[in-house]
Amino acid sequence: MSTRTIQGQKNLQDIRTSSPDGIGGSPLRPDGNLKVRGEFAYSSDMWHEDMLWGMALRSPHPRANLISVDISEALKVPGVYAVLTHKDIPGSKFYGLEIQDQPALAIDKVRYHGEAIALVAADHPETARRAVKKIKVEYEVLTPIVTEEQCLDPQTHGYVHEPHEYKSHGYDNICHEQKLVSGLGVTDEVRALADVVVSGHYEVGMQDQAFLGPESGLAVPAEDGGIDLYVATQWLHVDREQMAPVLALPEEKVRLTLAGVGGAFGGREDLSMQIHASLLALHTGKPVKIVYARDESFFGHVHRHPAKMYYEHGATRDGKLVYADARIVLDGGAYASASPAVVGNAASLGHGPYVIPNVRMHAIALYSNNPSCGAMRGFGAVQAAFGYESQMDKLAAELGIDPVELRQLNAMAEGDYMPTGQKIDSPAPVAELLQRVKDMPLPPPLDLDNLDIRQVPGALSNTSHGEGIVRGIGYSVGIKNVGFSEGFDDYSTARVRLEVIGGEPVAMVHTAMAEVGQGGVTVHAQIARTELGVEQVTIHPANTEVGSAGSTSASRQTYMTGGAVKLAAEAVKQALITKGRRRYGWDQNDIDLVGGKVVSESAGVLVSMVDLLGEEAIDLTREHHHRPTVPFDKETGQGFGHVQYTFCANRAVVDVDVDLGLVKVVELTAVQDVGKALNPLSVVGQIQGGVTQALGLAVMEEIVVKDGKVRNASFTDYLIPTILDTPPIPVEILELPDPNAPYGLRGVGEAPTVSATPSIVAAIRAATGIALNRIPVRPEHLTGTL
Amino acid sequence: MRVTFTANGKPVEADDVWEGESLLYVLRERVGLPGSKNACEQGECGSCTVYLDGVPVCSCLVAAGQVQDREVRTVEGLAEESGELGLVQQAFIDAGAVQCGFCTPGLLVQTDALLDNEPQPSDNDIREALSGNLCRCTGYEKIMDAVRLASARKCAKAASE
Repeated sequence: MSTRTIQGQKNLQDIRTSSPDGIGGSPLRPDGNLKVRGEFAYSSDMWHEDMLWGMALRSPHPRANLISVDISEALKVPGVYAVLTHKDIPGSKFYGLEIQDQPALAIDKVRYHGEAIALVAADHPETARRAVKKIKVEYEVLTPIVTEEQCLDPQTHGYVHEPHEYKSHGYDNICHEQKLVSGLGVTDEVRALADVVVSGHYEVGMQDQAFLGPESGLAVPAEDGGIDLYVATQWLHVDREQMAPVLALPEEKVRLTLAGVGGAFGGREDLSMQIHASLLALHTGKPVKIVYARDESFFGHVHRHPAKMYYEHGATRDGKLVYADARIVLDGGAYASASPAVVGNAASLGHGPYVIPNVRMHAIALYSNNPSCGAMRGFGAVQAAFGYESQMDKLAAELGIDPVELRQLNAMAEGDYMPTGQKIDSPAPVAELLQRVKDMPLPPPLDLDNLDIRQVPGALSNTSHGEGIVRGIGYSVGIKNVGFSEGFDDYSTARVRLEVIGGEPVAMVHTAMAEVGQGGVTVHAQIARTELGVEQVTIHPANTEVGSAGSTSASRQTYMTGGAVKLAAEAVKQALITKGRRRYGWDQNDIDLVGGKVVSESAGVLVSMVDLLGEEAIDLTREHHHRPTVPFDKETGQGFGHVQYTFCANRAVVDVDVDLGLVKVVELTAVQDVGKALNPLSVVGQIQGGVTQALGLAVMEEIVVKDGKVRNASFTDYLIPTILDTPPIPVEILELPDPNAPYGLRGVGEAPTVSATPSIVAAIRAATGIALNRIPVRPEHLTGTL
Repeated sequence: MRVTFTANGKPVEADDVWEGESLLYVLRERVGLPGSKNACEQGECGSCTVYLDGVPVCSCLVAAGQVQDREVRTVEGLAEESGELGLVQQAFIDAGAVQCGFCTPGLLVQTDALLDNEPQPSDNDIREALSGNLCRCTGYEKIMDAVRLASARKCAKAASE
């Protein structure tokens, strides 16, 4: 046996801990170098010899019948290669993530402001723009169905989708609904058990993902009659699944490669330009690039559902929750998108991370002629968190109990049950997160004598010099599920190849995971390093040549695709060890791969991986499925519906100028349990980014829709936080492993966006004493000038 | 029309430029410098920031004809002549300030300009200087770290020279 014992156990451990770039370390992004050089190719950077530019004509009306669409003048514009309408679609005219109710191009009516009606391909974007303006559309403009009352009374106001048009389901303009009852529900008898009752109506505006990289991509017609699409998306395979029937192509002829993605946050879950560019490319036989302008981006993707909510909580005198009742109405807009799943989340997570003996919930998503809403970071849990956390503050005030103590008194923990009946079977340190966030040091008070006016709300415009400022502090905690729920077999695929390149063992990781900025590519390399004991890892471009990775959403990618990379790497490792056993007859049971060598705890280094591999590559593919879940019962909401839960607690400190109604968030602290931080630098970055989007929702971000029309489709008018609006964000992470998850990890990305908004509103309430029940909080809410 | 200017020290020439084209479009689509990004194309987000004759500008707001015979420096021109990353570029990577990275080119140019003018900016100086550059991923905290790190390294480098 060619075993050489050259190292003792101590050295072995030294090798094992020698890579700071394995899991738990914070190696730098593999794409970082290209990104800071400006050489990373985002989807809008795609370029092809002889490519054309595609553009869509979009409806100025939220609801209208299309009497006629005349493309003849547009076709005459020099430089125009094609003008297409729904008549040019070779296959199915509809697509959709969950319900195929959305036409790829409007057929006989438009249902929302900005719906695509026709497409142009031209040699220059300006030519395309001019041609789009030459398309003549005759509309019969109809009164849009936009309010909850209108939606729920279709006999009077009509249907967004006439009953005969429904693709698969829906009635009375209700896209989806989910009820939930646990304990005794909410009855007069249950209400009588409570000493104190608080209730309130709450409203959440329509938030936008506002990723910076516009929807874009390049479609290249292929010789086999298929299409090659380079695109920014969150889920390559689900795009293909929706595209192929519309293009009348078999899936294998629709090949997608991920182009650089400039942020996503849920806004790229639905198709945007994928079908349009492909139709134009197939029609013209030329590569077609589509890049949305910012206004088109606001029209071209789904937003966070605006919500109207009613909450009622009953508690005993000493603060124990007795019951909770809620109704959540989400405006889903014209098409279903992810509304059914958003409703499921709102219903099942809508009472927060609290133990409540008796619960009732009714969540619905409406069809309306407002812009379509679907996935956005937090996915149905965000809206509800504003409701239940506002209620917790109200209840604490009513009872004279500290708001953090009240939350801790009712906090769920491992072993407790969700209102869905699902047992929490991994750590749920809700009370501890709250305690830690409360114990963090507070920022110093505002020093009005030595004021830098840049610290003061409104001062940069010279409207204030610090007078009229009051400070407030608010707390919150939230709950979010990880992964796709309700029985969805949410799997991911990874291929790992190990070979010798340049005298070094090198691992290659190939998945279809969309890297949207979250850092999955970094983590995949860390996992491969850790499992295979190598330093060099390359990440293969994500494409549809490998199995689906599922969506980069629902905080699931590290869990799911990270888990798949782990499985594939473990399989490669076993194959390599088996090869060694066959060749060398090793009989040890403690063989591992460390530092480029095959080692044994007892026998030391057995052989170098380079020698063992030789010319041969080991290339294996594995799928990672999470444990099964079930759909919630329609009436009772009961069921093991979620894979994993994640929790974040926040403290906001705000300064409010009560004269101007302006808010400056002074500090926004987050404490989150991440199970295991595979890459602490990235984890903290995700949390800081997540709470900043929550800050946006709390005080500035809203798509203003009036009579179905979007009034602020630009970065001039839709405000996202700048670096001046964003405070220091201290973050503390807990690592309490989830026994069911790879490495014990918990999905990270969404929980901070769910939880942080209510803390900011609570802080503004604390500063001003004003009962705020709508977000974003606007100056007129604070100055009484509404 | 034909537009000739200097991009990152090299003379460039773009033909058949439509009068309405922006400097951003010419850089990205005509002269092979797509590093400056197209996020809003109305001067609100700062992703397309480049130096024009040494002054940071939003290249989406500059008409192509305006750059005739002038000097443009883009994110592609921030690396050292040796090809090594510039100090600000390296700091952004090291601090974890790059996530999706779409805002990064503009932020790098703006930070480079800030540190040229004020090598040791206060936090409020940094926030004011970068307030025209939107980032949707990071929450800005790691961008603050990156600028502080770049500042420290720049000062240390100056002290050692």
